[in-house]
Amino acid sequence: MSEPYLIGDCMTGGYGKGPDILHDCTIAVNRGEIAVIVGPNGAGKSTAMKAVFGMLNVRGGSVRLDGEDITALSPQDRVIKGMGFVPQNQNIFTSLTVEENLEMGAFIRTDDIRETMEQIYHLFPILKDKRYQAAGELSGGQRQQVAVGRALMTQPKVLMLDEPTAGVSPIVMDELFDRIIEVARTGIPILMVEQNARQALEIADKGYVLVQGRNAFTGTGKELLADPEVRKSFLGG
Amino acid sequence: MDFLNAIVALTNYVMIPAVAYGSQLALGALGVTLIYGVLRFSNFAHGDTMAFGTMVTILVTWWMQSMGINFGVLPTALLALPFGILGSMGLLLFTDRVVYKFYREQKAKPVIFVMVSLGVMFMMNGLVRFIIGPGDQRFSDGERFIISARDFKAMTGLREGLAFKTSQGITVITAVVVVIALFWFLNRTRTGKSMRAYSDNEDLALLSGINPERVVMYTWMIVAGLATIAGVLYGLDKSFKPFTYFQLLLPIFASAIVGGLGNPLGAIAGGFIIAFSEVSITYAWKKVLGYLMPENLQPDSLVQLLSTDYKYAVSFGILLIVLLFKPTGLFKGKSV
Amino acid sequence: MSETVKHSLMFAFVGLLIILDGTTSYGIFSGTWNSALGILNMGLVSAIMALGVNLQWGFAGLFNIGIMGFTALGGLAVVLVTSAPTPGAWSEGGIGIIMALVLGAMTVVAAVMITKKMPPGKKRMLILGAVLIGGFFAYRAIFDPAVSGVEAINPALLGSLGGLGLPVLLAWPAGGLLAAGAAWLIGKTALGLRSDYLAIATLGIAEIIIAVMKNEDWLARGVKNVVGLPRPMRKEIVLQEDPGFLETVASLGLDPVTASTLYVKISYSLLFTAVLLALLWMAQMGLKSPWGRMMRAIRDNEVAAEAMGKDVTRRHLQIFVLGSAICGIAGAMMTTLDGQLTPGTYNPLRFTFLIWVMVVVGGSGNNFGSVLGGIFIWFFWIKVEPMGAGLINIITSGMAEDSALKAHLLESTAHMRLFTMGLILLLVLRFSPRGLIPEK
Repeated sequence: MSEPYLIGDCMTGGYGKGPDILHDCTIAVNRGEIAVIVGPNGAGKSTAMKAVFGMLNVRGGSVRLDGEDITALSPQDRVIKGMGFVPQNQNIFTSLTVEENLEMGAFIRTDDIRETMEQIYHLFPILKDKRYQAAGELSGGQRQQVAVGRALMTQPKVLMLDEPTAGVSPIVMDELFDRIIEVARTGIPILMVEQNARQALEIADKGYVLVQGRNAFTGTGKELLADPEVRKSFLGG
Repeated sequence: MDFLNAIVALTNYVMIPAVAYGSQLALGALGVTLIYGVLRFSNFAHGDTMAFGTMVTILVTWWMQSMGINFGVLPTALLALPFGILGSMGLLLFTDRVVYKFYREQKAKPVIFVMVSLGVMFMMNGLVRFIIGPGDQRFSDGERFIISARDFKAMTGLREGLAFKTSQGITVITAVVVVIALFWFLNRTRTGKSMRAYSDNEDLALLSGINPERVVMYTWMIVAGLATIAGVLYGLDKSFKPFTYFQLLLPIFASAIVGGLGNPLGAIAGGFIIAFSEVSITYAWKKVLGYLMPENLQPDSLVQLLSTDYKYAVSFGILLIVLLFKPTGLFKGKSV
Repeated sequence: MSETVKHSLMFAFVGLLIILDGTTSYGIFSGTWNSALGILNMGLVSAIMALGVNLQWGFAGLFNIGIMGFTALGGLAVVLVTSAPTPGAWSEGGIGIIMALVLGAMTVVAAVMITKKMPPGKKRMLILGAVLIGGFFAYRAIFDPAVSGVEAINPALLGSLGGLGLPVLLAWPAGGLLAAGAAWLIGKTALGLRSDYLAIATLGIAEIIIAVMKNEDWLARGVKNVVGLPRPMRKEIVLQEDPGFLETVASLGLDPVTASTLYVKISYSLLFTAVLLALLWMAQMGLKSPWGRMMRAIRDNEVAAEAMGKDVTRRHLQIFVLGSAICGIAGAMMTTLDGQLTPGTYNPLRFTFLIWVMVVVGGSGNNFGSVLGGIFIWFFWIKVEPMGAGLINIITSGMAEDSALKAHLLESTAHMRLFTMGLILLLVLRFSPRGLIPEK
């Protein structure tokens, strides 16, 4: 089996000098695929993703991007390496306009960003209509689109989403998932943490079920959906 | 005729001084609010930064005057202003490097920053007094008036004179230009937008690859410019005395808080609110009322709500009212 | 070396400095007991102020930069309590002034009631405006003539309400009460908001208190100053005429004039030490009590304390008022020591910032640290000027006698104090933030 594009391999660690939250946890995503991390509350889903992005102390294991060991890099440097990250909360600049949000997303780029911006407006047409509005004035779903758009502005080689559908209505959630699939179709691998396990696994190529910071089940989205154990414990039957 | 005289007296004694003072406060408050937005603390050294920049400007002005350089009808200080700005930029960047940076890396609490800024304030204050002395310094030259009271009376035939000092004219024009330039910078340039982004959401700014140290550096440089301009304008309009600049902290903070700390538009509005309140509450209205009221109703007293000795009490009163009823300020500030 | 021994040695060192100042005139030392005791007395007063500030900052993390104002209020209390009543002042306008002030207070209360009770809207605005404007003009109509009446009484010597003519020692707690009242007002508005707001509000109230004291002549003669305030012990002149005292002095082989000044200064030292020890004991008891533990818990984690059901703002208000009251007591003691109230001499550097340097250098959160810092920094503050002058003399020794730069430098030595104190604060905050005697 070839090495996945991005892999957090056997990660053990926690925040600062605090206790370990992750234990030997492995998360990976292949080129052109969507990988989803699911699990009960407090299972360390977001923590695992933050570990991959370098936001906590990984004391054991390693993180590799395209075969290169990036365990020691800061989040900022990982952005430069081509990782896009959308945090769960406070993921937009509320007082800046939509367009300024996108511009700031592309801050590290020195080339012409207009084409990327057009692509994003194409992907999220509503943002084009609201480009001069302050992002903080938008609805929840639209804010998430801004957040994803902002992360896409660096033309990342992999996109990481931390609970993109938290706090939005089911209809908006479906729409967001559609958009995420569209992003994936453009060839960007996506690693995503989701609370709504069933819907997420439906669109996932690969699923990771975490329990207490450890890998409990791993498989393709379909496999996990079909697994009676997973269904019983996490999908409500 | 009496009505016109009343209008003229009102303009002369209240409107013009308040607009000029308001512009000076607004520039000062913009500096405070930018520091608050980006570095997240109330900078108590701001008044003394103004004093330092003004002092450098004064020294260069004196040198220019001794060399026979002047600016025609305009004060020489305007020519010296860029040097003052450079001087205070140097000082602020130096202070940031040797003092504030350490606490930023420590992620110290805001109150520690405030305390540190108090120490910086006293060092700057000592420096200024050491170099130029604690006394009053006048450094304005050039034409004193755009319109003098006598010319105005001759021109209009009114009993009341209206004086428009050059320093007031310069203050208003400079303030407008500076504010436009600042807003252009904040809203139109990449660096300006990155400052706003950093002020809005520090973590996300870091994720977007915005370099905080650069943002901080630009902020200090802009603040140095704003503080020096505000200080020089105030000095030209009134006079330069280190202690007065320290005391200006109160109305400046009041302006920034009334408008909403961290909000540049609020700082400007706050500056004018404070200035108009201060001037109109400490102005003796007898003259204006004398023109307006019928003979038998004219007031005997000065009709001055508060003596000018209490002008800072006005800023303070407004500050208290805002803290009591709307701690985020009239425009939405960053936090309570 | 155990902590206790180390800290005792520090106190001993400061004591030694003062003894040296009294005994040797080498270097910065003055060599007179008069000066040494003067430093000690102000040092004790400063230590009390530092104790008050430490209560606010060390226990609760409140940043008060209006210490000057609370100190000045203490001084005002001394005048109002101890000085002799001005004959005729009450009939000439004193009652009018009180009535006007009561009316003013009632106007404010009425305004607050209206804001609270009436529904918001145009009607409320109108009534509120009418009450405030009407109240203000009524207040001025009573106040102004009353003030002129009082100020007209022998303005060269009196021209103020005078005091109640009560014993001096009553004035000290009164100073504390006055300061506590002002602190309550400020705390009520600015606490519970961001920590910087308290700093700004206290800075403002201090400036305004000084402005009132400078300009309201009817209150305490404004910048005309009140001199000759009564003392808690006999005056030097009285002592010099007391045969018993003269006899004792003669038996000790001392000069009666020197002996009488020393007698007065030592009496103050003893009195101040007693007050300091009492307050220190109370502060220590407070620190160790459940109340003190709760305060520190709040300081260290406000959110958690709030979640546990502690009313953080209320506790903060409590400690802010207490700390300010201590500053007021110290201010009253200082005015008694000086024997005069001179509003023009209050400046934020000396009365606010210096106290902060004392607290931080001594050790925030440690009462003993504040006391040590108070006396030590005061000694340093007095001596920094001769030290600075010495330094400048050395620097300028190579310059020509008539050099303008030399003259300027010599003239500006006084401002070195500001710079030095700022520097000390920054250095301590950076390299030894826990101070000389750290919090346990």
